[in-house]
Amino acid sequence: MNAVKISWKNIRFKPLSSALNILLIAFGTGILTILLLASSQIEDKLNSNSKDIDLVVGAKGSPLQLILSSIYYIDFPTGNIPLKEANELSKNPYVKRAVPLALGDNYNGVRIVGTDSNYISLYGLTTQSGKLWSADLEATIGENVAKEQNLKIGDKFNGAHGLTENSDVHKENAYTVVGILARQGNVTDNLILTNVASVWKMHEEAHEHAEGEVHDHEQEEADAMQNREITALLIQYRSPMSVAMFPRMVNEMTSLQSASPAMESTRLFSLIGVGVDTLQYFAGLIMLIAAISVFVNLYNSLKERSYDLAIMRTLGASKIKLFMMVILEGLILTVIGTIVGLALGHLALQLIGHYQESSQAKLTGMIFIPNEIYIFLAGLGIGIFAAIIPALQAYKSNISKILAKN
Amino acid sequence: MISIKSVAHSYNGTAKITFKDWQINEGEQWLLLGGSGSGKTTLLHILTGILQPSNGEVNIEQTSIYQLSAKELDQFRGRKIGIVFQRPHLIKSLTIEENLQLAQSLANLPIDNHRIEEVLTSLAMADKKKAYPSELSQGQLQRVSIARAVINKPALLIADEPTSSLDDKNAEAVLQLLMEQSGLNQATLVVATHDQRVKDAFTHTYSLA
Repeated sequence: MNAVKISWKNIRFKPLSSALNILLIAFGTGILTILLLASSQIEDKLNSNSKDIDLVVGAKGSPLQLILSSIYYIDFPTGNIPLKEANELSKNPYVKRAVPLALGDNYNGVRIVGTDSNYISLYGLTTQSGKLWSADLEATIGENVAKEQNLKIGDKFNGAHGLTENSDVHKENAYTVVGILARQGNVTDNLILTNVASVWKMHEEAHEHAEGEVHDHEQEEADAMQNREITALLIQYRSPMSVAMFPRMVNEMTSLQSASPAMESTRLFSLIGVGVDTLQYFAGLIMLIAAISVFVNLYNSLKERSYDLAIMRTLGASKIKLFMMVILEGLILTVIGTIVGLALGHLALQLIGHYQESSQAKLTGMIFIPNEIYIFLAGLGIGIFAAIIPALQAYKSNISKILAKN
Repeated sequence: MISIKSVAHSYNGTAKITFKDWQINEGEQWLLLGGSGSGKTTLLHILTGILQPSNGEVNIEQTSIYQLSAKELDQFRGRKIGIVFQRPHLIKSLTIEENLQLAQSLANLPIDNHRIEEVLTSLAMADKKKAYPSELSQGQLQRVSIARAVINKPALLIADEPTSSLDDKNAEAVLQLLMEQSGLNQATLVVATHDQRVKDAFTHTYSLA
């Protein structure tokens, strides 16, 4: 018959008000858990996708849009840049590695990315089956793409123009799946990779057939080289020195702009940060209300039970023991509430992830992070905070007076 | 042996109540008689270590109880003094059995279910040990509160107005039980009351003016 058991019995004795307290605390911690998990997962995703990319060069427009479209594959590209200028930049001594990206087509909403072997080393790609793309119209697909689009090696599919489904399909040329990537844990799980020439081919072929003219092939090749465009260039610097020099150099070229993933992510975070802050205050407010409700519950039940507590004193309980019993009652309520809240938070996030449209930023509730311990500690703190005044009252109560009143 | 010497108490410096010296020998059964406002409850609280008197000394089994630290006094009270209140006041969230276990553990004694069985049987309440207080009648609850008072075999069993809210028949029965239990557990008995029906049962009487 220790203090924990007595406190637990008291909680069980008033199931409704105890349940209300637990519910309020669970709700508050649940929201905090969702916020914590979601923001850490988004941050992780942003960082893991851009970790080796120092700069993105693309057409003029919004730098954030450039980053979103060419690193996270979320927004539309800002436009195209001439291949000639891109090639010049690639040979720049500040640049260690430059990866070309040709975007603009999709298959059932999955983006098709035309790129070269530098992309493979940038993301450290390996295949789980088949091989990486090499010839035109060969495609290597991400793990999620294989699963969700039900594609196997040897399957053929037609790309469509644009970045969403229902656009006009390039019927003339079909891609062949030659390999499936091993799970990378970043954007490449949700992409179809091919070479840049395949993406060009999609668009040219249609154009040539429409005109139906006979060309001098040599001449045509050369012309095409002159006019060819890509969407963006992912840059890795040779040395930290480049940070100061290279972006300015790019921005001076009339048709190009550069954007730093690190800077744009920070900017993006400061934009959504306002919303996260508001939700955090909201959750804090709920936690405060929960704390007050636990306090009122303990305070009222203590008034009812003052005689019981006095009797316990006559049975040999010390003041400290009564103090501990009331604190424990508050703690048990909030600990249960906090654990329920953490579980609810994970469950809710898992559900959100399940119904999420965007495959690039899918959230999951199955990940536990060390920071959750702070939510738990906050729950403990609230329990003690709510119980301290009633507990002090129990501690200080004059049993002779209470017993004399009958 | 229990004794009070030159004990007096005043609440916040107002009218002082002085109690005449009192010596109770082991195993005796005493009646503490006094009308309301005569300081009966004050004396009972002083005797049980709940209320420290302004003056004087209280000795129970060679221990001057107000020389003990607060914690020691709580322990001493739990082990040596059993109190039966006018109303039973059991812990509502605990069963009868758990209420008695609580009395054992609060006194820092090991839980002894055999002893609980024994006491409840002697009070004809053994079949109710799994019941909650709300399921019992007032008379049954009063018996359980007697069981709780004697569970740790106290040296002193004190009853404060145990019969005042009961009819003649039940008052008689409760008094009978108290005397029987004090004999059974070799406890000195003090019954405080203004109830004249109880008077005849006792040979020793301490009267408050």
